[in-house]
Amino acid sequence: MCATCGCSGTIETEAMAGPGSREHGHEHGDPQHLPGYHHAHDHGHGHLHAGHDHDHADEHPHVHAHSHDDLHAHDHGHRHAAHDHDHDHDREHSHAHDDGHAHDHLHDDHHDHGHGHLHAGHDHDHRDPRARTDADPTTARTLELEQEILGKNRLLAERNRGWLQGREIFAVNLMSSPGSGKTTLLERSIRDLGKEMAVSVVEGDQETRLDAERIRGTGARVVQINTGTGCHLDARMLERALRELSPPIGSLLFVENVGNLVCPALFDLGEGARVVIASTTEGEDKPLKYPHMFRAADVVVLNKVDLLPYVSFDVERFLAHLRRVNPGAKVFAVSATHGDGLPDWYHWLAARGSAVHVAS
Amino acid sequence: MHELSISQGIVESVSDAVPDGRVLAVTVEIGRLTGVFADAVRFCFDECSRGTRLEGARLDIVDVLGRGRCSSCQQEVDMEELVTPCPCGNLLLEILRGQELRIRSVEVT
Repeated sequence: MCATCGCSGTIETEAMAGPGSREHGHEHGDPQHLPGYHHAHDHGHGHLHAGHDHDHADEHPHVHAHSHDDLHAHDHGHRHAAHDHDHDHDREHSHAHDDGHAHDHLHDDHHDHGHGHLHAGHDHDHRDPRARTDADPTTARTLELEQEILGKNRLLAERNRGWLQGREIFAVNLMSSPGSGKTTLLERSIRDLGKEMAVSVVEGDQETRLDAERIRGTGARVVQINTGTGCHLDARMLERALRELSPPIGSLLFVENVGNLVCPALFDLGEGARVVIASTTEGEDKPLKYPHMFRAADVVVLNKVDLLPYVSFDVERFLAHLRRVNPGAKVFAVSATHGDGLPDWYHWLAARGSAVHVAS
Repeated sequence: MHELSISQGIVESVSDAVPDGRVLAVTVEIGRLTGVFADAVRFCFDECSRGTRLEGARLDIVDVLGRGRCSSCQQEVDMEELVTPCPCGNLLLEILRGQELRIRSVEVT
């Protein structure tokens, strides 16, 4: 499994920047990574009980957290509207709780319950109790961590950002759904801008080097990252790609993220700007359907405007939806194939690129 | 399926932060406005933790409700979703809460 993104596929980086510079890097073995979820005794509920009953076969009612000799502890913090716990163990005991609910438990092992739930309604079927036979509850302790889950990615992203700024490279993270015209826009932009500035590209796709080959056709330096089943690029992947690509000082770097309007929104790469591409062949409600992505955007490029006479896309409605999600996003309406609107897009890229130079 | 990466992030961060011992439970906060689906994180956690010191650990997920302040009338409103208009009609809310993706604590032996 990929240590970076958790995907089960093979990530390979392929450098296409120079002759013979092809390189594979990755270590994955686990081809399948999402078997059926089985939930054994380890629920961390946070529910509310409006009322339900618990019948207990034996007569030792106890209140709240009770402990047994082993270490398997589960703690409920639920609210129930109605529910039913079926704990399938060998030994019976009952619980009485001050919120008036009770559980039927048949345990063959012992564990701690700290009940105090609020359930809207669910069933518990504990068939696979995870007895912690090797742990000692008396030594269990709680450590406050207070850490960002994506802290590592953020750190790596900041490192990339510093690296890029130090080399006066303006990096643009291009995100969209598949088929919006990202690669076509890139090809055209590189051809038009390539005379004025050095442009390099990191291509992210789940599979194939097709896009990298298209980009290579423009003469730009390109590295392809195949994420396998991974659905987004992350900062570590970009770091590796940058090392491979070694983009020149003062250049423009396009990072074409995996075509996906959900996952890439969450992962900072260390880019200088985030650009989301939408197209007139998609619904104009995309910003509302994928608010996280559109909210994360510094710029939205509306592509394929040359097709407006033939499609039912309402530009004003699209913009109204976008404003609801992200009032501050800059918008360019373009046709990557016909060239409409591209000068403004180029002007923005050049201006932002210069700003990186000034800031450095 | 970015929840897979989130689960992986939990396992990596906890493994790094807890030098030794076995992890019995992990408590994380997932804000309503993050776009991260708690059930999917739970679904992936068992797999991501397999073969690590977190294997078999309980994952407690604290659901953090969204809260925002209106940029126009300044009132605070609860936000169920990222796009939640203020009752005054304004769409621009400064998000105060609901974007948490944090590991709060771990229970270790």
